[in-house]
Amino acid sequence: MKKYASFFRIRFINGLQYRAAAYAGIFTQFAWGFMTLLMFWAFYKSESSSFPMSFSQLSSYIWLQQALLALFMAWFFENEIFETITSGNIAYELCRPTDTYYMWFVRNVAVRLSKVVLRSMPILLVCVFLPSPFGITLPISSKAAFLFILSVLFGFLIMVAFNMLIYISAFYTISPMGIRILAVSLTELLSGAIIPLPFLPDGLRKVIELLPFASMQNTPFLIYTGFLTGTEVINKIILQIIWVIGLFVLGKCLMKNALKKVVVQGG
Amino acid sequence: MRLYTRYLSIILRSQMQYKASFFMTMLGQFLVSFSVFLSIYFMFQRFNSVQGFTYNEVLLCFAIILASFSLAECFVRGFDAFNRTISNGVFDRIMVRPRNEIFQVLASKTEFTRIGRLMQAVVVFAYAIPSSGVDWTIDKIITLILMIAGGFCLFSGLFVIYASLCFFTTEGLEFINIFTDGGREFGTYPLSIYGEGILKFFTYVVPLALVQYYPFIYLIGRTSNHIYMLLPLGGVLFLAPCYFFWRFGLRHYKSTGS
Repeated sequence: MKKYASFFRIRFINGLQYRAAAYAGIFTQFAWGFMTLLMFWAFYKSESSSFPMSFSQLSSYIWLQQALLALFMAWFFENEIFETITSGNIAYELCRPTDTYYMWFVRNVAVRLSKVVLRSMPILLVCVFLPSPFGITLPISSKAAFLFILSVLFGFLIMVAFNMLIYISAFYTISPMGIRILAVSLTELLSGAIIPLPFLPDGLRKVIELLPFASMQNTPFLIYTGFLTGTEVINKIILQIIWVIGLFVLGKCLMKNALKKVVVQGG
Repeated sequence: MRLYTRYLSIILRSQMQYKASFFMTMLGQFLVSFSVFLSIYFMFQRFNSVQGFTYNEVLLCFAIILASFSLAECFVRGFDAFNRTISNGVFDRIMVRPRNEIFQVLASKTEFTRIGRLMQAVVVFAYAIPSSGVDWTIDKIITLILMIAGGFCLFSGLFVIYASLCFFTTEGLEFINIFTDGGREFGTYPLSIYGEGILKFFTYVVPLALVQYYPFIYLIGRTSNHIYMLLPLGGVLFLAPCYFFWRFGLRHYKSTGS
């Protein structure tokens, strides 16, 4: 356990070095969030009665999405890990007295966390002071705030566990670009990264909400905004836990299976 | 020009070496923009129109921007991925060759998998062109072509600016994505829906509205002012300042030394 913790620390501190990139990123995310809200505002002004949630709930959702982007961005992968697999350097990884799955898992968690630490606070701080309904509101209750944090944690673990599946797919395909881009576009749509899931047609939404993608960012953000309440919240969090365990076990099995017959090509 | 086609055929052949991956990536590109299409579809399941623009009109707008963006991304990829060319020292090699730098950067990379995106645009065009309610007279067809050509020039110009900034920073700057990826993403809807201020910004600072909003309202018959039809040429003119900025950056180039 200790070795993973220190590996985490190294990666985390390493990630904190890129301050200038983070500040540039914050600016980009502001502009992005702002444009997204204006787009929805145009729809809201045209037909406010068709809006599935209140506009200030939507604002909170969008700003949380921008602030916590580093936790849930679907397109982010560590290219080094893909290269390790395709170039054959995986042989070195296997020599280490560590479990490769855990090492890569920790590594992804550390990098994403270091990014979010640098970016989230400035964004949230400014958004609190934006005029209503464009700003972020505080969570409806302290209980909701607690459940939100818990749910963010599980959603984040699902995201990383899903990333791991894509890394592992490189063992089976050698050239992972295709699967990677398919997975990214699927995740973006089904996790509510393009438009929040409540905007989808109801029948379809019921199915999508059961998938692991909906448990990533959709669940915590909807808990925060008070869109989900009461027993619904508990059910959604239980679903998240099921997916964390499910994806984790699947990843471990696939990894074990891949390593059993891994062929390192040349040297 | 012959040299350029040589380059193209070499790149195409090398990308075709990994056929499965090539087609998977292409399919992926198709799906990436397909998910954007779905999001528009879902939004219009819920809403009838946005600021008077109907579903079919928005689709037409989406296809135009997508087509011009994917063409730019396919053929001007060398500038889009320029930070790597600088940081690994390849640009030094380019500078010692007896050919124009712009030509070499342009020809050195072509991303054929972006055809996947273009196909998405073609499919949407096939649906939106007949159903958008536009009476396709000769001037409307010219407007459409001008919009795609102007958009191609505009996005290319933005990629060139992005590359020129790399002369100063070595690293690529993320903020220009607001205009390239953001232009594609938010250009899905006619720019007027974002309000007066945003429209002015995209008219005078980054002239995206010149290839999108103004000719678009001419296209769907909201205005009959013929000047709007020719405004996409502004996108072509946009290449001029981009070119000067590139020359300016080039003079400040210091090799990374690797």
